[in-house]
Amino acid sequence: MSDTHDPMADRLAHMLGWAGVALGAMQVAAPRVVARVIGVDDSPAARATVPLAGMRNLLHAETLLRGRKHSVGLWSRLAGDAADVTSLSAAMARRTGKRRRRVAAVTGVVLAVTAADVYAVLRARRSRQRVAGKEQGEARGVMSVRAAITVRRPRPEVYEFWHDFENFPRFMVHVDSVDMSDGQTHWRVRGPAGRAVEWDAAIVEDRRDELIAWSSSKSSLVPNSGSVRFDDAPGGRGTEVRVNLRYHLPGGRMAAAIARLLGEHPDQQVQDDLRRFKQVMETGEVVRSEGSPEGTRALRQALQRRAQPVA
Amino acid sequence: MKANCWMGRNTVEVRETPDPKILNSRDAIVRITSTAICGSDLHLLDGYVPTMKKGDVLGHEFMGEVVDVGPSVPNLRIGDRVVVPFPIACGYCTACAHEMFSLCENSNPNAGLAERFMGHSPAGVFGFSHMLGGYPGGQAEYARVPFADVGPIKIDNGLPDEKVLFLSDILPTGWMGAEMCDIKPGDVIAVWGAGPVGQFAVASAYLMGAHRVIAIDRFPYRLEIAERAGAETINYEEVDVQEALLDMTAGRGPDACIDAVGMEAHYPNPAMYAYDRTKQAARMETDRPYVLREAIMACRNGGIVSVIGVYAGFLDKFPMGSLMNRSLTLRTGQCHVQRYLRPLLRRIENGEIDPSFVITHRLPLSDAARGYDLFKNKLDGCNKVVLSA
Repeated sequence: MSDTHDPMADRLAHMLGWAGVALGAMQVAAPRVVARVIGVDDSPAARATVPLAGMRNLLHAETLLRGRKHSVGLWSRLAGDAADVTSLSAAMARRTGKRRRRVAAVTGVVLAVTAADVYAVLRARRSRQRVAGKEQGEARGVMSVRAAITVRRPRPEVYEFWHDFENFPRFMVHVDSVDMSDGQTHWRVRGPAGRAVEWDAAIVEDRRDELIAWSSSKSSLVPNSGSVRFDDAPGGRGTEVRVNLRYHLPGGRMAAAIARLLGEHPDQQVQDDLRRFKQVMETGEVVRSEGSPEGTRALRQALQRRAQPVA
Repeated sequence: MKANCWMGRNTVEVRETPDPKILNSRDAIVRITSTAICGSDLHLLDGYVPTMKKGDVLGHEFMGEVVDVGPSVPNLRIGDRVVVPFPIACGYCTACAHEMFSLCENSNPNAGLAERFMGHSPAGVFGFSHMLGGYPGGQAEYARVPFADVGPIKIDNGLPDEKVLFLSDILPTGWMGAEMCDIKPGDVIAVWGAGPVGQFAVASAYLMGAHRVIAIDRFPYRLEIAERAGAETINYEEVDVQEALLDMTAGRGPDACIDAVGMEAHYPNPAMYAYDRTKQAARMETDRPYVLREAIMACRNGGIVSVIGVYAGFLDKFPMGSLMNRSLTLRTGQCHVQRYLRPLLRRIENGEIDPSFVITHRLPLSDAARGYDLFKNKLDGCNKVVLSA
């Protein structure tokens, strides 16, 4: 999957990073001066926290300035901001006069920085969503999966087999059944943790021997769409089959993460489906071993039966 | 049934397991009459092949009698006597169509695992780890044979088991090792490893017209068997291999070098051995490539290095400079057994080769653990163990 970036989000993260370096360096190098400016130079405990906060700032800056994934650095900065505001409010409540005014002013500055951090987090997130969603208006939880395989059968035959969606359960391990009637399909699928999900999907594009695309109806619980392209492999090597799937998991990213934890990595799943598709097209059925009696499947590869006959 | 199971590093045990059942329409069930322990089984025993699981049934050299067939095995009937090739191959995919049966694209249900280790997956293999399919092996009373319409070769000429059993692996493997050398008149071939595969490589190289074949090992009894197959011999514990080869070839080096040792080589150089042994034990490299290094260095300019010894993963200090600058060709592969079954069976029938000369020990299946011990530790002159169920 390609990674496109929001340059504005990157610049902002970098600015915050360098500001963090400056502030952190000061806090570490001259904690007493900083404590005086803040107005907490009267408390040994406060004086001790200043260099610690400085180190924290340097650490955040390092995460922000290194690497392209700013979200971790930004989120931990937000946590740091919250801690700062809390301790500053406590400090303010316990002080009077000039010191109290200084603490208040610093609290204001910290709140402004917090606002900038929040903005940066939101901006980075939006840019990430654009990467995942690719199209406008798509929210989080959309997964886009690609896989490809070469099948040693003529293109019309491969197209024909795929075109009959009722064949899907033969090679898609999660699909229990697909019923077809006039370009409409009804899918019964086992989701993560064995939950049954059903939906209707329409064939939205169908170019003979070239491409089939389908899309689920708006009301489905797992809105999804997919396409499969068929090309001649060069030099009589059969047919290149390329699948693109997009689905919108209920529960969004969390559901996707749990699915991954259960060994159901979506990319691997589609690749496994294609391997079984190739087996069916080339050998007539899904190939089973005692270690993987269900046939090719990521989950089973992680948790093999021992290689002994199935009882 | 009884089956010899891998029970962790350095432990095999004959245990009671369920009987195999037909899982695919192209399966056959074979009642095993003879099965052998292979040098590559020792890599499994020693725990250097990843993705083994406690309880896995071992063994990939076996033959027997068909006792059940699936609905799509028109070529076999119950009662047929068959030898089963160790790579499992569908017979149709692009690899099979090019007779690269050990690269079958459909026979490894765990191809995803193998891809993680090797980039792409080879074929499934009987009793040889989960990344090669998780298929139970043939050191057992029965085995399920997938794609039985493609792999097994029928033996209906009454030849005894021990003359045809090695068609399953080591005879064609030795043959392919020699074939990859493109032997031309006058060629001198050096074979590292005078175990059964090396011995078959020696015999094959002569059948292909080699002028001289030199076998290299450290066990006198194994070198003697190679000598009986016609080889000149080098004991690397007594002489320097490189020097001896230069002397025997008047400075040219062998025209082709066959590595029939693989990933667990022993070295005459104790420092070098300690280096690779330590890295291997720490799993910093999976393979000890002493023989491969030596074969590359020894080969004549423009010659061929043919690797049939098994390597599993990664290795160090590979002499790429020697290989590249001297225009060497490196040829490798798990044997595409199905390609050689018929021609080699014909040679056995004609009496050109009698593979049973490698056998030194015949034991019942129940003695498998002792067989592994004899074979691994080269005790009692052990060269090849055949188990009968």
